[in-house]
Amino acid sequence: MSEHIVQRKVYFVIFGLLMVFTLLTVLAAFKDLDNIFHGANTVLALTIAVIKATLVTLYFMHVRYSSRLIWVIVIAGIFWLGIMFVLTISDYMTRPSGLTP
Amino acid sequence: MAVSRIDSHTEHETHTALAHHFDNMEQQREAGSIGMWVFLAQELMFFGGLFLAYSIFRAKYAPAFAAASNHLDIRLGATNTVVLIFSSLTMALAVYYAQTGKRRAQVLFLTITLVLGLTFLGIKAVEYRQKYVDNLIPGNLIPGHPFNPNLEELHLPVGASVANVEMFYWIYFAMTGLHALHMIIGVGIIAWLIFKARKGVFTPEYHSPVEISGLYWHFVDIIWIFLFPLLYLLGRHLGGE
Repeated sequence: MSEHIVQRKVYFVIFGLLMVFTLLTVLAAFKDLDNIFHGANTVLALTIAVIKATLVTLYFMHVRYSSRLIWVIVIAGIFWLGIMFVLTISDYMTRPSGLTP
Repeated sequence: MAVSRIDSHTEHETHTALAHHFDNMEQQREAGSIGMWVFLAQELMFFGGLFLAYSIFRAKYAPAFAAASNHLDIRLGATNTVVLIFSSLTMALAVYYAQTGKRRAQVLFLTITLVLGLTFLGIKAVEYRQKYVDNLIPGNLIPGHPFNPNLEELHLPVGASVANVEMFYWIYFAMTGLHALHMIIGVGIIAWLIFKARKGVFTPEYHSPVEISGLYWHFVDIIWIFLFPLLYLLGRHLGGE
């Protein structure tokens, strides 16, 4: 059996990190970061969300210990999501009505 | 099954849960995981369309979205985030106890996960009810109870219209509604797992159902990890409330 059994300690550490990042994202949301650059709050919130999602995927969902084929499926999913976003938003941004009100 | 029993070299590996089209349990387990991952990649596209709609309308109606978002209950949203991440931990532990063949611990952690899933849905229902009371259900979804926000509470900024706020609530209900539907399905799956686990169906040799249900549960958690900041936190730094 090649199945990798993740030790419980790993799960507790990841859970702790997820809680810390949740607290961080709530605290950061109340700080006005627009003086750094416009939209900095959103960038920070999304960065934290991506870190949390990566931790869940790699450890809770065992991707870190999984076969290459599963890595390919995960990355392909994210890549195609990227295609949908990039093509649609570039279409909106190059039209007269645009993305601004 | 009959064939594999005659086949002497596979005889010692034959497990009652082994389907006839797989050589051994390891191959069957791997195929199950891959199937679930392909399904989750598809789910990512499914939710992705809504995230895309959110991005476009938020860019177009930024002030209205911030004002509408500040009207959501951040305490309930944050509590649900903690509840859901905690349920992911208990689900991961349930998978661990299935892998190591501890039946009682497995049933216990599946039950805790189920309770946490129901807690999430309960809190979500409280939020939805509050939106109903405040006339924030968009359009005419509830007949005779149209979208009709209290403008003084909304603190509408200049340039934002009530229709823009209504668009936020369409997206809010579409995204959290689809997420809640996934939670309801997940709770059903976990109830079924508890029923099976109590009978001792899942062992270190055969626990694919627990493992791939876990993948689904964690995926639904990941969706919420994005929904929480995007829906509840986007305008907090601008003050209000």
